[in-house]
Amino acid sequence: MMSFQLIAFYCIAAVVVGAALAVITARNPVHAVMFLVLTFFSSACIWLLAEAEFLAIALVLVYVGAVMVLFLFVVMMLDIKLAPLREGFARYLPVGIIVALIMAAEMLALVGVRSLDKAMPAADPAAVAGQSNIEWLGQAMFTDYLYPFEIAAVILTVAIIAAITLTLRRRPGTKHQIIERQVAVRREDRVRLVKMAAEKQENAE
Amino acid sequence: MITLGHFLVLGAILFCISVAGIFINRKNMIVLLMAIELMLLAVNMNFIAFSRYLGSVDGQVFVFFILTVAAAEAAIGLAILVVLFRNRRTINVAELEDLKG
Repeated sequence: MMSFQLIAFYCIAAVVVGAALAVITARNPVHAVMFLVLTFFSSACIWLLAEAEFLAIALVLVYVGAVMVLFLFVVMMLDIKLAPLREGFARYLPVGIIVALIMAAEMLALVGVRSLDKAMPAADPAAVAGQSNIEWLGQAMFTDYLYPFEIAAVILTVAIIAAITLTLRRRPGTKHQIIERQVAVRREDRVRLVKMAAEKQENAE
Repeated sequence: MITLGHFLVLGAILFCISVAGIFINRKNMIVLLMAIELMLLAVNMNFIAFSRYLGSVDGQVFVFFILTVAAAEAAIGLAILVVLFRNRRTINVAELEDLKG
């Protein structure tokens, strides 16, 4: 008798594997990104089954919400000619399949059949500690792992600055405002008082 | 009953799929980046499984950091890709041979 969890695991895992296969074989990069979104979303469901709630939600929010949208944005922005990128697909397909199968066989042999009878502990470890998953994770992250946490923040800042400096460009021939000269301008630079005699109106009625 | 092995097998299969993806899409840089994301996901799957199995929070903390670094990597990688496309009008890996490596 299979438990509901196991049935759910098999269904979602099938979606994960199928979507991952579609990512690497899709003809159109936009479709590949969409299948990658499906892969990440299904993986988040798998993580929920492993009771890693915070990370599952973070995967959906950060990956599906931000990183995949970035991918989609770049794929749609670049005007890519697909034909030259696809050549060699059939030529390398057998090699890819052989390498992947050998790696899979090796890894499955290492994982071994014995790990299939190592059942997950029935109780969620966070619940054993009397906490929710987020409390459990947050407590570790802000005490034992505080320094790595701050380094992660610095890495994100560096990534933002790097991405902006890489893509920022000044095109020659376009007109830009020079803000500091606008702010520093004085009245004398702009206004010129002209003294002249008033004109007499002729033919006044 | 879900066991540790289920998660490990799923992670191994995902990893092998992404290795195959790197082999067969060796011209298209965007798909290469996506295959790398898939690989990181496979690794994260193992971390989550062992965190649950051993009842230890460390695995989940590491997944958090891997997600952070992967997001930074994707942002910088795509920025490099955009600059590359702007200068060369192509993202074909075979044509990027300036370094003669």
